[in-house]
Amino acid sequence: MAFVAFGSQAPTKQQGPARTGWVALFLLLPGLFYLALFFITPLVSLIITSLKQPSETGAIGNYDYGLEFGNYVYAITQYAPQIFRSFSFALLATVIALAISYPIAYFIAVKSRNRPLLKGILLTLVIAPFFISFLLRTFAWKQIFSNDSMVVNLLKDIGIFGADSYIIGTSFAVVFGLVYNFIPFMTLPIYANLDRLDLSLVEAGSDLYASPSKTFRKITLPLSLPGIISGTLLTFIPISGDYVVASRDFLGGPDTAMIGNVVEANFLRIQDYPTASAISVMLMATIVVLVSAYVRRSGTDDLL
Amino acid sequence: MATEFIARGQDLELKGIRKEFPGFVAVDNLDLKIPAGEFFALLGPSGCGKTTTLRMIAGLESPSKGEILLGGKDIAGTKPHERPVNTVFQNYALFPHMSVLENVAFGIRQRKVADPLPRAEKALAMVELEHLAQRRPQQLSGGQQQRVALARALVNRPSLLLLDEPLGALDLKLRRQMQIELKAIQMEVGLTFLHVTHDQEEAMDMADTVAVMNQGHIEQLGAPEVLYDRPKTAFVAKFLGQSNMFIGKVMETNSETTSIEYKGRKITGLTKRSEKVTGVIAIGVRPEKTYFHETEPTADPGLNILGPGEITDIRFTGVSNQYQIDIPGIGVMTVFAQNVGRSPVVELGAQVYVSWKIEHSFGLSDLPSGVEEDQ
Repeated sequence: MAFVAFGSQAPTKQQGPARTGWVALFLLLPGLFYLALFFITPLVSLIITSLKQPSETGAIGNYDYGLEFGNYVYAITQYAPQIFRSFSFALLATVIALAISYPIAYFIAVKSRNRPLLKGILLTLVIAPFFISFLLRTFAWKQIFSNDSMVVNLLKDIGIFGADSYIIGTSFAVVFGLVYNFIPFMTLPIYANLDRLDLSLVEAGSDLYASPSKTFRKITLPLSLPGIISGTLLTFIPISGDYVVASRDFLGGPDTAMIGNVVEANFLRIQDYPTASAISVMLMATIVVLVSAYVRRSGTDDLL
Repeated sequence: MATEFIARGQDLELKGIRKEFPGFVAVDNLDLKIPAGEFFALLGPSGCGKTTTLRMIAGLESPSKGEILLGGKDIAGTKPHERPVNTVFQNYALFPHMSVLENVAFGIRQRKVADPLPRAEKALAMVELEHLAQRRPQQLSGGQQQRVALARALVNRPSLLLLDEPLGALDLKLRRQMQIELKAIQMEVGLTFLHVTHDQEEAMDMADTVAVMNQGHIEQLGAPEVLYDRPKTAFVAKFLGQSNMFIGKVMETNSETTSIEYKGRKITGLTKRSEKVTGVIAIGVRPEKTYFHETEPTADPGLNILGPGEITDIRFTGVSNQYQIDIPGIGVMTVFAQNVGRSPVVELGAQVYVSWKIEHSFGLSDLPSGVEEDQ
């Protein structure tokens, strides 16, 4: 066409979100109210409880208001091993879950992209465990790993285990249970991210002389970082506070107690509310610090 | 593997390439030769197999059969990262997590060439974007992204540069400008360019040689002027520009001229401009090679004259007017008349005669399907 040179471009007007202020605030009200009632209030209550001192009457489970910062010192000195163990288990389980989930997510999102049926089946398989209660599933693993189970007997028969070896109550059993329970929480965010991966970028990488492994490291992996970050957060945070898997009723033993078990014992059995609250507050603070350092460090803001 | 740093383009030759996908054949027995340093366009409608062909050359698809020779070596079995070929992708495929400069340096870094960043800066300077080197691709406009994609490919000095409809996403004005720049860059660097497009004007404007592709095979290949002036098949005649076409039985043919009978009229073309001179053939003429007259022109063996007919539509396009003329017993013809003050001024409904010189007729090797069925 010969008229292209005369093509005119009308300046487009920018429409700012200037007049939406009051409406937005009004719409936010229910949410703000909800947060105040169900989040801020318990948090303040928890902090107040963590500073309480034993009641003067000396009755068990009765505490008076105070500023007893000693509760925190006591909690740390008394439960340092459990605190350390919680974060170690959480870190280990997160890393293992990532190593298992990433290939699964990659296979579903990238390799099965043009096969909707296969993709649907695989996604269902990832989500299927949610149809059964978390407690039941963990209990099932207790059966599988119990002392006279086929698994343990087989290990004894082939000579890996000695006569008095066991699985339940070991760190292995707890980390295994944690990984098992949290794999979907790792897989789904990574899947959601990789599902949007523009495969022409991968093709561009190979077109620009990068081998498949190099293309993965330089392009696919950095681009899926936001998915990895959300996956690791969705596993690391709940695992740090988990009290089911590591409890003695399930896969844990006396030497595997985590912070969650300590909090549970102090709240429900010993009725030492201030110590339980102090640990909870510390757990929360530690996670907030760790997570914000992690997110800032990974610098994913320009990818989101 | 480090590929050699080649300063100029290489010949590309495709021999008997076939690509089957489940359920259909995308490319069938394709032979193609592109000499080094040429700007070659592969032109065709969507689904004609042109992009598949390009992807096979890049190594992103592997041919079911055939050889791909680059500089005489068969590269059909090699991986894309082992081929000295670079692609400018349709959506540019710039890496969003890297700066513009890092995008451009990516290929040379992979090949472990010394001084990747200065080279990348030079390539960016060539497309006049050195001031945006530290930006992210998504902060650039479409035209700028397109130039980054071009710099990212060219910086590697590939033996062959593949362009997959790289201008498709740009608006018309920018597209024109990029066409001129792209052509200038190709002349400057002297690399072999293979440009895939469905835009016939773009292909004719930029390429030294155009291959028109249809349903997995090449219909016709040649310089743009030749393709336009002497289309050999009905597909090429219709895809490149517009044509008036007449189908009829050959009534007389000699070494000079060949005539067909079309609905009782005689339509003549030159024998040397006819692909076929026996049986039922199609003769066409471009609308801008035809004229209309208000009075009947005197009969002349050098002219085809049809009419009278009624002007049913006049379309003003600036430099020319496009007329639809309905000739009873013949059908509707399209005539383009330049607005240079020489054509008669007529109104809708006027009765006119249409003529064209017999040397402007072209005879096709096949019959158009769907249009102008006859006898």
